[in-house]
Amino acid sequence: MRAFTQVTALVAPLDRANVDTDAIIPKQFLKSIRRAGFGPYLFDEWRYLDHGEPDMDCTHRPVNKDFVLNKPEYKGAEILLTRENFGCGSSREHAPWALEDFGFRAIIAPSFADIFYNNCFKNGLLPIALPAEQVDELFKELTQGYQLTIDLDQQQITTPSGKKIAFAIDEERKYRLFNGLDDIALSLQHAEQIKTYEAERAKRAPWLFAE
Amino acid sequence: MSGKTLYDKLWDDHVVYTEDDGSALIYIDRHLVHEVTSPQAFEGLRLANRKPWRAARNLAVADHNVPTTDRDKGIADPVSRLQVETLDQNCAEFGITEFDMNDDRQGIVHVIGPEQGATLPGMTVVCGDSHTSTHGASGALAFGIGTSEVEHVLATQCLIQKKAKNLLIKVNGKTGPGVTAKDIVLAIIGKIGTAGGNGYTIEFAGSAIRDLSMEGRMTVCNMAIEAGARAGLVAVDDVTIDYYRDRPYSPKGNDWFMAERYWQRLHSDDDAVFDKVIELDAASIRPQVTWGTSPELVVAVDQNVPDPAQEPDAVKRQSMIRALEYMDLKAGQAITDIAVDKIFIGSCTNSRIEDLRAAAVVAKGKKLADNIKLALVVPGSGLVKRQAEAEGLDKIFIEAGFEWRDPGCSMCLAMNADRLEEGERCASTSNRNFEGRQGYGGRTHLVSPAMAAAAGIAGHFVDVSSWEVQQ
Ligand code: SF4
Repeated sequence: MRAFTQVTALVAPLDRANVDTDAIIPKQFLKSIRRAGFGPYLFDEWRYLDHGEPDMDCTHRPVNKDFVLNKPEYKGAEILLTRENFGCGSSREHAPWALEDFGFRAIIAPSFADIFYNNCFKNGLLPIALPAEQVDELFKELTQGYQLTIDLDQQQITTPSGKKIAFAIDEERKYRLFNGLDDIALSLQHAEQIKTYEAERAKRAPWLFAE
Repeated sequence: MSGKTLYDKLWDDHVVYTEDDGSALIYIDRHLVHEVTSPQAFEGLRLANRKPWRAARNLAVADHNVPTTDRDKGIADPVSRLQVETLDQNCAEFGITEFDMNDDRQGIVHVIGPEQGATLPGMTVVCGDSHTSTHGASGALAFGIGTSEVEHVLATQCLIQKKAKNLLIKVNGKTGPGVTAKDIVLAIIGKIGTAGGNGYTIEFAGSAIRDLSMEGRMTVCNMAIEAGARAGLVAVDDVTIDYYRDRPYSPKGNDWFMAERYWQRLHSDDDAVFDKVIELDAASIRPQVTWGTSPELVVAVDQNVPDPAQEPDAVKRQSMIRALEYMDLKAGQAITDIAVDKIFIGSCTNSRIEDLRAAAVVAKGKKLADNIKLALVVPGSGLVKRQAEAEGLDKIFIEAGFEWRDPGCSMCLAMNADRLEEGERCASTSNRNFEGRQGYGGRTHLVSPAMAAAAGIAGHFVDVSSWEVQQ
């Protein structure tokens, strides 16, 4: 997993609430058995005028010029600014995979759906929840070429005018994201504790341990 | 010290250890696996040279991509076929039990779990699927996870979690005629919104919930996720315990008595403190119909499509306008004036035997209206299908003009051949009405099975609570 330390990047505004994971990556792409390569299909139904299918070559598809990510001024954006309850709906991890594959490193919104929020951290994406007024202010401030600096260690966003915005994040999640650590290896360091738990639980609930 | 909520008890029973920051490693008793969210997880195991921690605690089934007709001919779409075959191979390689596509026990993962007794009260249950919340109906802590977590559970039988807050939703009193579990949960979502449960585990309680069968409770917990909560719970009572007696994977003999004793304490203590409590009056709930592209955009069948101009919140107003446009509806239009093109009775929300019975009662001796292009009944599992056929429900549906299909997710998300065409409108018993969910450009109205069947007969939405009498 890619570590997240500090990012200074262009911000793309997606001015919609309740953006669901079906919109982020439509279900036909869930048929893939791969983990990479979903970037070209991010927001597929909003981004293109035709219907996308997995493994389709996107370079010649008709694009919706009005969609924010198709506008030349937002090319290369790594920070997505959006509205409340981003990532609601299905638990598909393809949503953060697609966002990450497209090039996003961080998402700023007033709130996120729980599963999506969780999935971001497992894929090197930083979701930042800020009070709705603050998000609104960023939307208002956003002009061409608008960049933000996000410092994970300091838990701080710096705007072009030099204003600092603090954000909250769990220590544990921050540590893992900052160091790009694999959850499984970390959990397996506790293998003995897991076995002790199983032995003790098997006494109370033997039916769960009958093989 | 105050007492514990049901969620507190389930949580405490499964903590392996807790970090200083409150995140915990919790033990998972049952992991359900399906073809869509698992291939990358198995791939990860293979790449890291890891084995499942306890293969026997996993149960796999293909449901999202399977065809609902001519199953013996296999899957026509090569991409879908590859995904299902990949599951078969992974299960064989890693020693995981799978109900394959032609097994009688195959079905939607959230239908077969309880049906087999593979998901039991007091368990932690996870699956790479957000509607895992369904299994909370038995007093299990059940929630959806992402694919990285699927890999984590396979490798460690544990998950890293932070405890959620406790939300109690009480539905007091008794529901009126024609009002089902689906209407109750849609009314709840209409009240608290799709983000209302974010960060919480919801316990559904109150007399209207107690009065529901296990299947009804599953319908309610199924849509906890649409209310923003990862997990929904209902306390264990006699209804729960009776349901699990003699299921194939239920404990047997002495284990059963031990389990029963343990399960009986799976309810919130009288003095438990919830972070938030919301109450609803069951008698005021009418049959529900969603009109927009989010489950919270819902009204009672005897109401009209709301007017965005009346909405004070600008962001909400914008999404209402967008929804009306997508749904091709006008503010103020009566719900009962909305004509539909297709009917879908199925999904992990409403494809169990009681759902099919409720729809059959409405369809019996009638015919689909002329404007209905297609009406599908898709049982939740092979066993539900068999039971329905034993009761003659298949004949009722077929005589009325419905198609009687093989089990799977089908038109709930249209990953197989069952889907809406652009612009088509569907009365659906599923759980999500997002743009494009049932097919590109398709328009979904979420309703109960009886309401869906009645819309098929009338050709437009009708109020089942009074409609049956008039027939
Ligand atoms: S029936 Fe629908 S909601 Fe349920 S598991 Fe299948 S696709 Fe998901």
